[in-house]
Amino acid sequence: MEADWIRGLIGGLMIGAAAALYLLVNGRIMGASGILGGFLTRSPAGSEWRERGIFLLGLIAAPALLVWAGFGHGSRPVASTLGLVVAGLLVGFGTRMANGCTSGHGVCGISRLAWRGIAATLTYLVFGVLGVVLARALG
Amino acid sequence: MGRLLVALASGALFGAGLLVSGMTDPAKVRGWLDVFGAWDPTLAFVLGGAILPMALAWRIAARMPRSLSGAPLPGPASRQIDARLLGGSALFGLGWAIAGYCPGPALASIGFGGAAIWIFTAAMLLGIGLHTLLNRRS
Repeated sequence: MEADWIRGLIGGLMIGAAAALYLLVNGRIMGASGILGGFLTRSPAGSEWRERGIFLLGLIAAPALLVWAGFGHGSRPVASTLGLVVAGLLVGFGTRMANGCTSGHGVCGISRLAWRGIAATLTYLVFGVLGVVLARALG
Repeated sequence: MGRLLVALASGALFGAGLLVSGMTDPAKVRGWLDVFGAWDPTLAFVLGGAILPMALAWRIAARMPRSLSGAPLPGPASRQIDARLLGGSALFGLGWAIAGYCPGPALASIGFGGAAIWIFTAAMLLGIGLHTLLNRRS
């Protein structure tokens, strides 16, 4: 339990440092859903699209390499196939509709005391707690 | 070239941080949201740890005319809180709780998460596509 919160804090500092780097050097807000959405819809095309693609490459490759090298472990799913499909649709649609997720609204929004980020985070936390109840029903 | 290298480094550091923090473990996320059950407070440390350096970065950015690469910095944050923001966040929160994955950790798990993460990610991409389609029509 104690090691858990220390790892959480260290990992959190790494996430925040990644967002700080992306902001101060590239002038961009590090939001996972926005970067993925912009990459998929190719908007805008050109250098910004390539930048998003290469960010996603780092995001996918680094943890995969770490797990492969023996640091960290694979994740065990908590939802059934139906649950995964329903959840994926809700996460994909919801984050695009709200224009952000935990990294964009949560990390980058709250840290600049943005009202939108705070409101979004409180909303998805409340519905997340409700969702756990629903998830038990879905299995 | 420099911007692309920074994007790669930032994405890699983000992904490594998600793995180290435990965000790529759906059971851990479920535990955080299970306030009425066996609540696991780890994610509060993840969020707190992530906000600290970023709060400092916003203060530094406020004193800079442009970003270090020369690209403009983001403008002031929008204050508009509307039905799209709250409704979208509510849908996202429900999905986050059901599978224990949000977009960052889902992508970070593609390389090692097995079949479950492929199913989730495929559905997530479909959800993004559906939103894009509906938005284009209206």
